[in-house]
Amino acid sequence: MNALWIGVLGTSAIAFTLKYLGHSIPEKYLTNPRMLRINTLIPIALLSALVGVQTITEKGKWVIDQRLAGVAVALIALSLKAPYFVVVISAAITSAVIYRI
Amino acid sequence: MSKVNRATATQSLSVSFTVGLYGTAFGAASIAAGFSILQTCLLSLLTFSGASQFAIVGVMGAGGSAISGIATASLLGIRNGLYGLRMAPLLKVRGVKRVIAAQVTIDESTGVAIGQEDLGIDAMKQGFWLTGFGVYLFWNFFTLLGALGAQAMGNPSAWGLDAAVPAAFLGLVWPRLLGKFERTLAASAVILAIVLSPIISAGLPIIATALLAVAFGWKVRS
Repeated sequence: MNALWIGVLGTSAIAFTLKYLGHSIPEKYLTNPRMLRINTLIPIALLSALVGVQTITEKGKWVIDQRLAGVAVALIALSLKAPYFVVVISAAITSAVIYRI
Repeated sequence: MSKVNRATATQSLSVSFTVGLYGTAFGAASIAAGFSILQTCLLSLLTFSGASQFAIVGVMGAGGSAISGIATASLLGIRNGLYGLRMAPLLKVRGVKRVIAAQVTIDESTGVAIGQEDLGIDAMKQGFWLTGFGVYLFWNFFTLLGALGAQAMGNPSAWGLDAAVPAAFLGLVWPRLLGKFERTLAASAVILAIVLSPIISAGLPIIATALLAVAFGWKVRS
């Protein structure tokens, strides 16, 4: 089994286990407000970090290219309250145009 | 279960379709990262958690190991477990039904369920199930379309997919960045992950930002 298959099956097994555990653990363990707060913030930190890494790194190196322009346009679209698909498409078009120039 | 509330059904459907469309981006990103069509579809069918799926293909596509990919994806999946804690007392299901409920416990099904609170417990349950199944259906359908499309397209950069993926992520996290506190955390996380990227192996810089979340969340806010 190669690494990609391990990634697919491992991620799936753990993803389901986490979901199922939530449905099985008694409610009394989730009353600590600090834990609630931290858990709300973890996805924000991780997703933001992913955006950064995917935008200006490539295989562990810093690379400034068309992706940064695309994501910058997405940021503008989001701040103008554009619908989700407009955000994604505008980033794609910007990046593709710069890539092809 | 009583008659399905029209407002609940409409909201469930629109959330399901919008999020489902996004499956196209995942299908394409997964292929671009080097995963096969079968692996891509299995991720959507079995993992069924957008952020975790993007994490595993993002990390491994960038040359990270399976372990760091799984670890990042799993950290992102922890919140589904906490949604489960919240949904379980509402749904009160056991056995196979609990297995199915767990699999469709994601941001969207939980979000729509909570959004129906004014309409009563039945509407909340309906919102959960309709959105859970709706997203499952559309997400998997559009994943396949994206995977097939990407393979026919050639170089993803020529079509802007390399920017569409982080933009899509940005769109996911954006509604969560309501306050200055969250925005500061997000900016800190971006900087930390980018600074760490050349230093530690792929995937770990992202996991490291969980420590920022712990630090930010530790102090009680007024």
